[in-house]
Amino acid sequence: MLTKEQIAQRIAKELKDGYYVNLGIGIPTLVANYVPNDIDVTLQSENGLLGMGPFPTEEEIDADLINAGKQTVTTLPGSVFFDSATSFAMIRSGRVDLTVLGAMEVNDKGDIANWKIPGKMVKGMGGAMDLVASAQNIIVAMQHTNRAGESKLLKELSLPVTGLGCVKKVVTNLCVMDITARGFELKELAPGVSIADVQAATAGRLIVEGNIPEILF
Amino acid sequence: MYQESLTSQGDSMNKVVKNAAEAIAGISDGMTLMLGGFGLCGIPENSINALVKSGVKNLTCISNNAGVDDFGIGLMLQGKQVKKMISSYVGENAEFERQLLSGELEVELLPQGTLAERCRAAGAGIPAFFTPAGYGTEVAEGKEVREFNGKQYIMEKAFESDYAIVKAWKGDTDGNLIFKATARNFNPLMAMAGKITIAEVEELVQPGELDPNSIHTPSIFVNRIFQGVDYEKRIEQRTIR
Repeated sequence: MLTKEQIAQRIAKELKDGYYVNLGIGIPTLVANYVPNDIDVTLQSENGLLGMGPFPTEEEIDADLINAGKQTVTTLPGSVFFDSATSFAMIRSGRVDLTVLGAMEVNDKGDIANWKIPGKMVKGMGGAMDLVASAQNIIVAMQHTNRAGESKLLKELSLPVTGLGCVKKVVTNLCVMDITARGFELKELAPGVSIADVQAATAGRLIVEGNIPEILF
Repeated sequence: MYQESLTSQGDSMNKVVKNAAEAIAGISDGMTLMLGGFGLCGIPENSINALVKSGVKNLTCISNNAGVDDFGIGLMLQGKQVKKMISSYVGENAEFERQLLSGELEVELLPQGTLAERCRAAGAGIPAFFTPAGYGTEVAEGKEVREFNGKQYIMEKAFESDYAIVKAWKGDTDGNLIFKATARNFNPLMAMAGKITIAEVEELVQPGELDPNSIHTPSIFVNRIFQGVDYEKRIEQRTIR
């Protein structure tokens, strides 16, 4: 099984030199810690910052400089600030190469739910609906099952949808899967996890073909 | 209302008001307000405190977030001054969630980019636009859907608001504004969108002191301006490396 950090580390392998990347709150934020040394990626934070730097030192903290998760951050040489409409212009026009998001549920058609549990939890979609409607490539970072042990990788969503047919890849604590027209295609297994484990934890259509390698970091 | 807009917009030399209490004069029960800020970053602290003190009620507030329980718009929620919130993310506010789930508070949640563009459209004289965000979701219910180049889009309309209240870093007495870092966010968009726009600034200077190349919001959009005091600038997630 992968830890949260390992999920982020595996997703970081999908980064390519020159990418503009938007990282969501939670596990996706950790991806920034594993950017390979030999490539340059630029992080976009939808509250109005392109070229997001690391968290500040105590002395560098600036209340006017935060990321979309409301955490204090810093700038880098070449960073730029802009208003929220300009930020989403970048996103809707497809200039963000990769979006990494958390999810409550994903189905085997690539639909995602992550903004609301009716009657229980209402947090809102923030920028997620804009991102999933327009991003070139969306990877979901999530736990394979919920706290009750139920699959979060479903045939049909039970929660209100955030976006349709947009998720291309899912990295969970158990495995890496691509979402294609046929459903969840198992690509890599976490250390110590069997195909049967993934089958038992996946409620949607699961395709297992050929030899499935272990995840490499 | 007619008199109000005459006096506040007619004389460009008279935009400077003494303080927040004077700035919010004319805001009355049942009005729709835009409030700038992302989380607690770049919120008009002075004006919010004045609104709390004024006791004005049944407000519809357009703001990306709803503050936290004891700061920002959260203070207006505690006082039950807000009838309806239009936001994109309200997860940091327990009182908000309580009022919402109990039905005391009406809420319209919108994709953040849609919220921003509905402000921008209002300020740009554009009545509506099409966006892919929210297609196929609850957000699209009751909205026109149209296909362009094989992709589905929903129609969203420009916001209508009585007052927009924004916070800038620096401003001049004509109403030109400069924002700082990510405290810019929704502020310049909302500044363009209010029937009457109130700007509170950390530093108010004379015309000519701000570099014309660096001004984010041109003075024409601003009706009232004042230098705020005692900015707390609370940080929601103090994170260090």
